[in-house]
Amino acid sequence: MRENTDVIKVRNAAYNKYVNNVTPKTNIAKAIFHSFAIGGITCVIGQAIGDIVLLIAPDTPKDMVSNITSMILVSVAILFTGLGFFDVIARQGGAGSFLPITGFANAMASASMEFKTEGLIFGTSVKMFSVVGPVVVNGIVWSSLAGLINLCILGMY
Amino acid sequence: MPLFKSKESKQSETKFEFPEPPKISPRQRVMRFFNTPRIVGRMSVVGEKESKGPVGKYFQKCETDDKMGEKTFERAEIRMLDTAVRGAVRDARKEIDDIDVMVSGDLLNQMTTSSYTARDIGVPHIGIYGACSTMTEGLMMSAVLVDGGYYENVVCAASSHFATAERQFRYPLEYGCQRPPYAQWTVTGAAASVVSTNTKDNRRFPKIVMAIPGLITDFGINDLNNMGAAMAPAAMDTMFALLTQTGYDSDDFDLIVTGDLGKLGSDILRHLMDKRGLKLGQNYIDCGNIIYDVDQKCYQGGSGCACSATIFNSFIMDKLMNGEYKRIAYLATGALMSTQSCYQGETIPCISHAVVVESPFNGE
Repeated sequence: MRENTDVIKVRNAAYNKYVNNVTPKTNIAKAIFHSFAIGGITCVIGQAIGDIVLLIAPDTPKDMVSNITSMILVSVAILFTGLGFFDVIARQGGAGSFLPITGFANAMASASMEFKTEGLIFGTSVKMFSVVGPVVVNGIVWSSLAGLINLCILGMY
Repeated sequence: MPLFKSKESKQSETKFEFPEPPKISPRQRVMRFFNTPRIVGRMSVVGEKESKGPVGKYFQKCETDDKMGEKTFERAEIRMLDTAVRGAVRDARKEIDDIDVMVSGDLLNQMTTSSYTARDIGVPHIGIYGACSTMTEGLMMSAVLVDGGYYENVVCAASSHFATAERQFRYPLEYGCQRPPYAQWTVTGAAASVVSTNTKDNRRFPKIVMAIPGLITDFGINDLNNMGAAMAPAAMDTMFALLTQTGYDSDDFDLIVTGDLGKLGSDILRHLMDKRGLKLGQNYIDCGNIIYDVDQKCYQGGSGCACSATIFNSFIMDKLMNGEYKRIAYLATGALMSTQSCYQGETIPCISHAVVVESPFNGE
């Protein structure tokens, strides 16, 4: 082990503090505004798609309308990823473009495009979930927990 | 915590003090090359983004296509390194068969780019890994090999590619994520230089006079994006040895150039050197800081092996060849971490090797 560990610890703490202070920070107000704008626009587009679907076929059930809307949004997000301007939007939008549907689609599409060169099985199939894996795992774990709480404590079923 | 800090309190917080004066080790770290190996040929190849930067016009070759007509980005990097090595050999007016050994490295796992390039070129190969400091490490190794009389012509090279490095260290290319404002951009490029013995024909080329191997320095930064802050202490350590043990003052150098600290890192380095009692003047520049324009959206600047390697082999060597710079010190810095070690909570160990190069027109 290294000698005089205490001095090194003090020095490292002081250096970390100094670095934290001089490192430029993200402009939070601007970032929030941008993500609100981009996220809001996405939602408005989604709503518009739903309304148009209802206009074309007024008898469609509500579940079907939301399914069609998400399908279109996902396809557009994947298309934008492939054409290479989703990341340009995301650089501005931040959390706004990270909205579950479009962000998820982008993460999967970008990973599968990136690892296409290693082949369909060992590249695309294996690495497809490299970015969205945590989302899927946490989604399943926490929703199961919520279901258990619902079942045991609240007795809803 | 008050919402708005007063300016004075902020002033005092943005200073770093060493808890106790750092021990000055009696170890002599400077290697002096008395047979003065010469850098007789060089070549730098860069991507399109780099060629649009402030030093873009100095690079010998610019590749406008990221994939360069190859199937994968990795193959493109191999091709780029191949072009650089062959170009450097041609620039030295030599044949591939004249080259005794190739010393090269890159950023990828198991140094595939270097090995595959060496396979294609067909010369003996010494693979080195110094992360972004690979070029100085290569120059140092080749100078040692040539100065010791073991070999006559050694080519040393380094390469990095934005797409391959991004895939290995961060996220997929098209993944929409925001970069923090202190992030750096990996330079797409490759550079090579040929180091030869000091013969009568080679007198007109720049000579390597000294080298200082770096000490692994770790000041406890573990943010994968904040490389400049992690590497600045390593550069400080080597620069301190350079300015105290070589007998040269900082004014004796026409240029002291660090590798890829970026804007933030070079500011921190200035501050750290100030604290150790050595002031860096106008002659200190950082390659990562100058390779991109402010409006190219690269935040703190460039990083990667190729960042300092391409600038050294184009801009700086040009000025050394025509005698505008008499003596320069070139300290590339490297962060020797992997993504695993960072996620496991380890801090980033960094290194910085220094090479002192003199112009052939020194005092003549």
